[in-house]
Amino acid sequence: MKNRLFEALPVIVFLCIWEGVARLKILPGHALFPPFSIVVIEFYDLSVSGVLGSNFKSSLLRVLAGFISGSLLGILTGTLMGWNKSAGKAFHPILSLLYPIPALGWLPILMLWMGIGEMLPITIIFICSFFPVCYNTITGIRHVPPKIIRVAQTLGASELRILFTVVFPLALPNIFTGLRLEAGMAWRVIIAAEMVAIPTGIGSLLIRAESLIRVEIILVCLIVLSVMCLAFERFFMYLEERVTGKWK
Amino acid sequence: MEIELKDIRNFVCQGTNLEVHPGELLVLLGPNGAGKTTLLNVIAGLVSYEGSVLFDGAPVDAVPARERKVGYVFQDLVLFPHLDVSSNIAYGLQATGCSKLEVDARVRELLDLLVISHLSTRYPAMLSGGEKQRVALARALAPHPRILLLDEPFSSLDSRTSNFLREELKRLQRDLGTTTVFVTHDLVEAEQVADRIAVIQDGVIEQIGYPEEVLLSPRPGKVTEYLGSPNVLECLSARDLGHGLAEVDCSGLPVVVPHNGKEIRKVIILPCDVKISPHRPTSKVNVFEGTIQNVTPLVGSVLANVDLGGCRLAAEVPKALFESIRLRSGTKVFVELSLMKMRTRS
Repeated sequence: MKNRLFEALPVIVFLCIWEGVARLKILPGHALFPPFSIVVIEFYDLSVSGVLGSNFKSSLLRVLAGFISGSLLGILTGTLMGWNKSAGKAFHPILSLLYPIPALGWLPILMLWMGIGEMLPITIIFICSFFPVCYNTITGIRHVPPKIIRVAQTLGASELRILFTVVFPLALPNIFTGLRLEAGMAWRVIIAAEMVAIPTGIGSLLIRAESLIRVEIILVCLIVLSVMCLAFERFFMYLEERVTGKWK
Repeated sequence: MEIELKDIRNFVCQGTNLEVHPGELLVLLGPNGAGKTTLLNVIAGLVSYEGSVLFDGAPVDAVPARERKVGYVFQDLVLFPHLDVSSNIAYGLQATGCSKLEVDARVRELLDLLVISHLSTRYPAMLSGGEKQRVALARALAPHPRILLLDEPFSSLDSRTSNFLREELKRLQRDLGTTTVFVTHDLVEAEQVADRIAVIQDGVIEQIGYPEEVLLSPRPGKVTEYLGSPNVLECLSARDLGHGLAEVDCSGLPVVVPHNGKEIRKVIILPCDVKISPHRPTSKVNVFEGTIQNVTPLVGSVLANVDLGGCRLAAEVPKALFESIRLRSGTKVFVELSLMKMRTRS
């Protein structure tokens, strides 16, 4: 409890300073710097009117669909490439060429290929999640000490059994690192994609608020983004602790 | 189960031949890089090789590691870190398709046999070195292996724990009758557990025999270079000092040795366990004054013969130390015999 209070204290101090500075109007351009309390009221209004909820739901569903499919395929591909040397060699050049392209770099060409629709942001999130999770899975699988595989062999385990009961579990800490980092990144990318090309979602709300010079709405959107990034990362930290905490 | 290796060749082994009798504990003794672990890996089917490995006369060269039914305890034990002790032991049984009832019964049996029942739900990270060693042994024994391979399993333990575990292993191996190959570079360890000792150097078995044979009559050449020709002191009388010690009269030298109650006729100590110093050591027992008779250079060390007044001892001195204390014929020195390194024979 004491620790929690200690962690919350800087946030409370920051919000108090924000409120004070905005109320005293001491900053140049103070008209575009609303106090925190106004942002809270705006958050309440947007929530009650359903605007925030519907946009949040759109973004959340896109993130979940893209992130889950990208991560699952990333784990599958990474496991195959890490475990099977031939598959690793075959796919490595393609992966190396595509991985450096930022997820948002695909946006123009995907807009042309797919048009503006639900599949566009989901595909962007899919790309954003797939490559890092795939790379982390490969690293995790390949870092399992060969001796531990030999032990399993001498105990009579088949290749598939070794993969699923020894190698994959031992690669989990690496896989979770990828998932944790990409969970936050997925939210950053969806907001950027919605700002540029999608008419619904938190990013879209944010860019519309900008055109109407509604700074308090922009701040509400940014706070929602920040909380969601943190929540997703914390969720995977919790999951990792539950799965690997006993032995790591 | 009898093991036979015929003309094994690979990146380390140079035409190695070896026979391990059914139910015996054979120690593979040799320096680092001699090919001991590689030979275990050949038996387990974990490395490629030319030549032939036979189990009970049947070649197993085409049999993959997982079908050889060999229990292997690796040097660093390599427990599965993500599985608790029970699951580590159960792994081999589950992998070979045993039913849950069989698995549970065998795991319980091994937990009791190795006295680790209280650790069953712990993960390897929570175990001490000795406990890990027991778990690794239990895991290797669980699927009823035909052969047990142990690669320096006690090397990371303190001497008291390893001593205790060696005795337990020996008892366990005798009770189970599993043919066992035990790798070590420690002669004391080899002598304590072995039915027979095979000395391996540069991938070749240089000598094989009963511990007494290898220790007292090392084959001239590489084996003598590695083990050293032992100093054998004839004992004229012995006096029990209690606490597991005895004082023996070796040609006038009062030598204190470990004593298990048996009659002592000979005291054996290797040249590498005879310490030479120009100043009197702080130890009160087994310190004698002597004179260097002659010195013979070896690779990396020097063999010095010391006259202790009617009794002569060979001491192996590292070259750097030899040069720093400037040993010459006629130099007066102090000789210290390490109590724990001495062996007695009746």
